[in-house]
This record gives sequence, C-alpha cells and structure tokens, in this order.
Amino acid sequence: MTLLQILVQALVNGLLIGCLYAMISIGLTLIWGTMEIINFAHGEFLMMGLYLAFWLFTLFAIDPLYSLPIVVLVFFGAGVLFYKFVLKLLVHRSLFPQVLATFGLGLIFQALALFFWSPNYRLVRGNILKGNFQIAGIWIGIPELVTSSFCVTAMVVLFYFLNQTRTGRAIRATTLNKEAAALVGIDIERIYILVVALGISLVGFAGGLLANFYYIYPRVGGNFAALAYVVVCIGGFGSTTGALMGGLLLGVVTSIAGIINPAFKYAAVFLVYLIVVLIKPTGLKGW
Amino acid sequence: MYLINFQSKNFITKFVGFLFLLFLIFLPFIMKAPYIKHVFIMVFIYAIVAESWNILSGYTGQFSLGNAMFFGLGAYTSSILLIKYNINPWIGMIIGGLIAATFGIIIGSPVFRLRSHYFVIATLAINEIVMVIFLNWEYVNGARGLDLPLLPDSFKNMTFLYNKDGFYFISLAFLLFVTYIIYKIITSKIGYYFKTIKGEEDAASSIGINTVRYKLVAISITAFFTAAAGTIYAQYMLYIDPAMVLSSMLSIKIVLIAALGGVSTLFGPIIGAFILIPIIEFTRVFFGGAGQGFDLLIYGILVMLIALFRPFGLITLFKPGKNSQ
Repeated sequence: MTLLQILVQALVNGLLIGCLYAMISIGLTLIWGTMEIINFAHGEFLMMGLYLAFWLFTLFAIDPLYSLPIVVLVFFGAGVLFYKFVLKLLVHRSLFPQVLATFGLGLIFQALALFFWSPNYRLVRGNILKGNFQIAGIWIGIPELVTSSFCVTAMVVLFYFLNQTRTGRAIRATTLNKEAAALVGIDIERIYILVVALGISLVGFAGGLLANFYYIYPRVGGNFAALAYVVVCIGGFGSTTGALMGGLLLGVVTSIAGIINPAFKYAAVFLVYLIVVLIKPTGLKGW
Repeated sequence: MYLINFQSKNFITKFVGFLFLLFLIFLPFIMKAPYIKHVFIMVFIYAIVAESWNILSGYTGQFSLGNAMFFGLGAYTSSILLIKYNINPWIGMIIGGLIAATFGIIIGSPVFRLRSHYFVIATLAINEIVMVIFLNWEYVNGARGLDLPLLPDSFKNMTFLYNKDGFYFISLAFLLFVTYIIYKIITSKIGYYFKTIKGEEDAASSIGINTVRYKLVAISITAFFTAAAGTIYAQYMLYIDPAMVLSSMLSIKIVLIAALGGVSTLFGPIIGAFILIPIIEFTRVFFGGAGQGFDLLIYGILVMLIALFRPFGLITLFKPGKNSQ
C-alpha cells in the first residue's frame, strides 16, 4: 500500500466511526442544551444499549439489525424514567450534585452489568452484518458502513425534526431562552421529558448499532463517553451541528493518530480538543 | 442568649474533635490488626488529597476532575528520584510537590480561561493525556509500573517494612499539617479572594483582584499537597503504576470524598474520607471477591443519594438549615 492509500483508508475509517461518535454525542448535547446538565452516565446508557441488543440476540435470536426499534423504544421509556427520577431533581442545581448524581447512576449501571453479564468480553456472533469489500484499494467494513449510514439517516431526520416541526422548534427555542419560551406558551416540563427521552433513545440507537461489530463489556461506555464529552466540547455545548462536526473531526483524528502510534490515539484526541477550545473557548458552534 | 449557645456549641465541637484526635493517636497502641491500620492510613491519605482538592475546587470554585495527575506526578517524581538517583524520599516529596505545582501553573494559565463545564472536561482531558504518556513512557517503565527499592527501616528513609505504625503517624501528622495550613489560608486575605472568585468572578476582577493569579495560587497549593500525598502513598505501597496513581477513577474518587463530606468546608473532606474509604475497603473485602459488582452498587447508590438529597455533604447533618440552595 502506498502512503496515499493508507491515508485515504484512515480518512474513510475515521469518517465512518466519526458518524457513530456524533450519534453518541448528540444525545448528550441535546440534554445539556435544554437542561444545562452534563449526563455523566451517558457512556453507561450506551453500554446498556449494547447489552440489550446482545440479550435480544442470544435469548430471542433477534438480529441486532432488527432489534434496533425495540432498543430505541425501551430507551425512550428509560429516558422518561431517567428524567422523572433523576434529572428532574437536578434542574437548576449547581454543578456538584449534577455531576455526582449522574455519575453515581453510571456506577449503578456498571454494577448491574457486572451482576447480569459478568466482566467477560462478549461479542454478537453470526449476525447478518459482517464482512467487508474493496473499492479502489480501500477496504470498507460492511457493519461500519451500515452503521454510519443509519447514523447519517437518523441525523437527517433529527435535523428535520428540530428545524421544521413545531415541537422541534419549541425544543430549539427552549435551548436558546427558557424564560422567553415559557412566555410564548411552551410547556418547558414537556420539552424536558421529550428531550431526555430523545437523547437517551439516540444513545440506545448508537448502542444497538455498535453491538453489530464491537465487543461488549461492563466498562465499554467509558472510552466512548470520554470521546463524547470531547466531541460536545469541540462542537459547543448544546449544538447538534457542532456535535456532528466534532464527531467527524475526532473520528479522523483517532484514525490518523492510530496509524502513527495506536497508543497515543486518545492523547491526540485530547490534544486536538485543547487546541480547539483554547482558540475558541465555547467550541466551534457554541455560544 | 444566642451568642452563649453558639459559643458552647463551638466548644463542644472542639472538644469532640480533640477527643477524636486523641483516639486516633492512641488507636495503633490498642488496635493491633494490620488491616484496620491499613484502612486508616488510606483514610488519612485520601483525606489529605480531598482536603487539597477543596482549595481549588471547593473554595475557589474551579471544579477539577483531574487531580489524580498531581497525585501521580508526586508519586512518580519521588520514586524515580529514589530509584535512578538514590535521592531520599523526603527530598523527593518536596521536589515532586514543586514539579506538580509548576505543572499546575503551566496548565492553569490557558485552562483557567474556560468556565464551569468546559473547565471540568478540560481537566479530565489533561488527566487522560498525562496517564497515556506515562503508560507509554519507557523511562518510567510504562504500564509495568515502578517497584520501589527496599531501604532500611527508618523515619529518615520514609520506609517501614515490618510495621504500619510509621505510616499511620506520618499520614496522620501530614493530614493535621495540611488541615492547619488550609485553615490559615482560608481565614487569610487570600482565602477571601478565593471565595470571591467562586462567588462572582466578574465582580472580583472589577474590584481589582487579579483572578487568574489567585486561581494559579490555588492550583499550585492544591497540586503541591496532592503530590506530597502521592509520595507517601508510593512509599507505603512500594509499587506504583499509572492505573493506580493517575487514572481518572482516582480523580473522581477524590471529588466524591470531598462532596460526600461537604465541599468548601474545612472538615467536610475529612468526614467524607472517614466514611467513604472504609465503605469502599470493606465492601470490596466482603462482596468484591465474587466479581459481581456489589461494591460498585453500594458505592453508586450512596453517591447518588448524597448528591440528590444532601448536596452540601454530610457535614450539613450537624448544621441544620444550611442544606438549601
């Protein structure tokens, strides 16, 4: 392989995985945008999504590709509960209780995963999506390609929803100014429930897709969550387009840093983040 | 009437504190079980670390999720100096503290431009970078970690191989020293600057406080004491690796201890350490063996309940009426 080919290959891989990073981060940035809460259990929600897909596959033999709607529905419900029992108590509180309560919830999820599924690495075997193909010397994995096209589709739908529908515009209005939104008759409480349920079902969606090709273990959420926080910071807290840009950027950075030295992949990510945030402290699209 | 009540209550608090200190001093002579002493040493070390975190994040309000890097820098500096240059751990402790403080100032000057959640994530990110660098740095043995040489047993060498009493008293004395220094700082003019920066940063700079300079002072104090505790920890464990002394899990544990007891209170982090560390140690012993995560479950539930219902920490149990926001 020539150097150019290696670079193009890394770029393609980076963009494919970057779509998934963006998908994971959008839930985080939506919740932050409306409620001003960083969900430190986000990675553990992703992990639960992976395990749910894994369970549906091993217990009921439903392929991760087909179980996706089930996962999303379950996570929508979980998001409503998450709002009612946790986030509702944290709105308008200071940073400390927000970070600690959501982080504590993440620990509980990890404990449950250890209890139900043990610390062993699991993998969905014999599912529909597998293999890879080659175009012009560039290898593309089929699961990765399907995952990223699903993510792109979901994001297009989401952007349409946020920009064109009345409810979506109400969400954006709440993000920009809660008091003004309440004044024009938007039910803030309903928006909160909707946004949390939406954000959590998006991360469940990402988890269900990831289950097609990624190994599953109780702490799998950690690395993805760290990346998601960085994506959200790079993109700007609350901005969905920012999350998309940040996700693609980080996908490319991890992939290119990976060919130079895999050990420093995450160091490169955080370095890029520091550079972006020091040039523009509110992120690319933040305010 | 009110004044008298207040005075007597203050007196009772002091008296109970004094009795507790006496109890801690005499405990090693009554209690011979090494495991109990080990738990107390861990409590003291974590109390020092949480107490130092409190300066930067509690009093000055700069929520750091990266304090493990200072701890690790202290542990690694003294250990490397001892292994490669045969320098006494006490000197290594001071050098490690100075290196950590310098590092804090270097990262602080850019990062202090960021506010609230951006600052939190930035400290987490820097912590991760430092950890990755140490994991892949051959000079410090990478992920394999460092085995410390066994020096002859003495206070001068900060080495006690056969008895835990030495570390018990060193860590207890250091905890008292750090608490005293922090008390002196927060009741001085600098302490009021810190609190002003936390309360209203723009107002603080508008009345002529150089906010960046005082944030740098805060981070260097925090870094120095955290690193010194790292040296004690390294000398006690006689082995360190990046996952032990640099991981973000450690950073989070530091925050939890302080938050459990009470952020920006003098005794909060100490109370937090006395409650959380034994819980972690004992649940790990009783439930951790099966690998089923019961220890994590208890830890998680505790953290959540505290954050939701006692956001100012357990110290508010003793001061009713201060739990509102």
